[in-house]
Amino acid sequence: MVPALTRRPGADGHFTDAERAFVDAATARIIPTDDTGAGAREAGVTQFIESQLAGDFGDAARWYMQGPFKDGTDEQGYQLPLTPAQLYSAAIRAVDQHCRDFFGGRVFADLDAEEQDEVLRGLEAGEPELGDVDSRSFFKMLRANTVEGFLSDPMYGGNQGFVGWRLIGFPGPRYDYTRFIGRHGEPFPLPPVGILGRDGFI
Amino acid sequence: MPTKLPPVDVLLVGFGWTAAILGEELAQAGLEVLALERGQFRDTVPDFAMPQIQDELRYAVRHEMFQEPARQTITFRNNHAQTALPMRRLGSFNPGTGVGGAGVHWNGQHWRFLPSDFRQRSHVEERYGADFIPEGMTIQDWGVTYEELEPHFDRFEYLCGTSGVAGNLNGEITAQGNPFEGPRSRDYPNPPLERSLGTLLFDKAAREAGFHPFPAPASNTSRPYRNPLGVQMGKCTYCGYCEWFGCANYSKSTPQTTILPVLLNRSNFSLRTNCNVTRIKLDRSGKRATGAIYVDSSGEEHEQPADLVILSAYATHNVHLLLLSGIGEVYDPKTRSGTLGRNYAYQMVSGVDVFVEENLNPFMGAGALGQAIDDFNGDNFDHGPHGFIGGAYVALWTTGGRPILQHQLPQGTPEWGSAWKQAMAENYLRSASLSVHGSVMSYNDAHLDLDPTYRDAYGDPLMRLTFDFHDNERRMSRFVTARAEEIARAMRPRSYTVNQRQGPYSIVPYQTTHNTGGAVMGDDPSTSVVNRYLQHWDVPNLFVMGACVFPQNAGYNPTGTVGALTYWAAEAIKTRYLKNPGPLVDA
Repeated sequence: MVPALTRRPGADGHFTDAERAFVDAATARIIPTDDTGAGAREAGVTQFIESQLAGDFGDAARWYMQGPFKDGTDEQGYQLPLTPAQLYSAAIRAVDQHCRDFFGGRVFADLDAEEQDEVLRGLEAGEPELGDVDSRSFFKMLRANTVEGFLSDPMYGGNQGFVGWRLIGFPGPRYDYTRFIGRHGEPFPLPPVGILGRDGFI
Repeated sequence: MPTKLPPVDVLLVGFGWTAAILGEELAQAGLEVLALERGQFRDTVPDFAMPQIQDELRYAVRHEMFQEPARQTITFRNNHAQTALPMRRLGSFNPGTGVGGAGVHWNGQHWRFLPSDFRQRSHVEERYGADFIPEGMTIQDWGVTYEELEPHFDRFEYLCGTSGVAGNLNGEITAQGNPFEGPRSRDYPNPPLERSLGTLLFDKAAREAGFHPFPAPASNTSRPYRNPLGVQMGKCTYCGYCEWFGCANYSKSTPQTTILPVLLNRSNFSLRTNCNVTRIKLDRSGKRATGAIYVDSSGEEHEQPADLVILSAYATHNVHLLLLSGIGEVYDPKTRSGTLGRNYAYQMVSGVDVFVEENLNPFMGAGALGQAIDDFNGDNFDHGPHGFIGGAYVALWTTGGRPILQHQLPQGTPEWGSAWKQAMAENYLRSASLSVHGSVMSYNDAHLDLDPTYRDAYGDPLMRLTFDFHDNERRMSRFVTARAEEIARAMRPRSYTVNQRQGPYSIVPYQTTHNTGGAVMGDDPSTSVVNRYLQHWDVPNLFVMGACVFPQNAGYNPTGTVGALTYWAAEAIKTRYLKNPGPLVDA
């Protein structure tokens, strides 16, 4: 038997403590732990995002990042001069400052759930003004990365124990459905499996 | 100074579908052929092996197989009043890079355009009168007919092992296939894929609504298949990872699974990867291509001389190379003069999401496992009462159920929170999408040229895209989407959501990788870049492949037509051009 690896993927040290606390709190509101079961927190979404931001995605390695940078129309897409890692860092600082100003000195992670939802709804709608940071772009990215962390293969650090896939009924990547494709309407009988195996952990 | 290399007979720029076809055709004819590919070498083993290839985050979300905007992208604006800005990350379309090109990561939805599509302007004028064509619309005939292309459509389908059922066999309409298709000389090489429950529900509902559903043509093999080149393909296992992925099972038709095992073993064929062509070189007369300049992975420049140069990169990339190389007169939207960059077109996609009672197991699927109706595509219906040109197919595809990008949620579901989570749990297994895949005509204000500001990683100007949807397409899309809604209702779902295409064209959400035009084909050199054999009007030893030659776009996925045009051009090169190199059509 192969012993389970204890080291999780991630880039400990990419986030500051404040950034990690923010992402942990915000993603837990985006996909909450509730009656339908485990949420972003159990899935390990924070470690997923931290590891993504520490890598090529965080660096915008594939993106065109040459200037000049100008504001465009919505149809022209992302035009900020910030990589995802820079956007997170700047936005979290700005949101926490905004929270301190409006919630009696408390940062986002220290707000109660309803207050957190209120702040997130504001970001989603493009409010408040966060200086250089476009709050709508940040929320969009945070929301997308949270869903990715909940529903991607567990080898990236999220979806631990296949909690995301179990919620929706996705059995994981499988090679051969030849015997099942014609069995219309029947539930698929096998439990989820990941790229690295059945545990879903590395 | 670039190092000058020993000459070859034929130089292929880019190594996807069209280059693989031409490489095999011309190497078989005894020519020394070299292909230059900007990306990496890739093959089924090891690059597409299970299970690592079934990784939605890496390939579908983070775009590992696609062109990197950091190296090359475009700038975009909706109209001439705006300043074009760079497409900083991919969105609306996903061109490939690496051996096989986008032919590696396509779904395998393998259509033929309609006979009337190839005579777009003549056909509309004959049936509805010239006044039916709105001001500003610049549709034209292709210069080649469906009848001329039929043997080449057939050849490409037999190369690919396409799975389907004929709807029109030598003029006889059959019960099971698409009754609107052009006549085909023989049936598909393989029977349709097994049906998913979703496609059966669609089929029943479409019949109830009075339409003519059929299994969509699939270049995913429904049974083991050995193609005419002797290359063996495996039976599809319905793993649900076609589009954005490579196929581990030799079941999706790609250059790797149909041609390369033969071509790469030919001693008169060679391939250099990580070589990015930056210019096509002309001699002093400007009437003859002498070869190409390329940059290798160490940044060194080389000059590769060749007798015959063929642009076989992605559609937009071919146009970019012509622009950078100064070959042909660039289209000017003010004076309407020039041909290069003219008649860029795209497609207009919309859809209806259906939320049903049944468990559909969406994760079991194949890229081209679908049921479609063609009743409202092209000119398959009378446009007279509607006053627009073009159409769309409506299809329910069961391509897979990759959870991040392939889920539908009912209208009004919040984007996050407990309600989102609840809706995901209730609907992932019990929903599907009807896609409306519509044509886009060409217009005098939609075009490609070089951007004055932004540059790529090689220091060259990016190509600039100026494009928006027009009223004709919006009306077409609304009309066909309403037909899709009739099918959705007949499926008696718990609920359904109509997703119309609203607002200006946006570079952000994914739509289709079906960019067309910019170097269009035709009979008249004042309105086309290449003649009916895809030969450049001004430079007869330069040929241009790919969807950039489409004078406007039809309501189908383009690969079947791109493949047929490539075989058509290959035949003209082999049987006529090589015997007497020069213009195949008098200008």
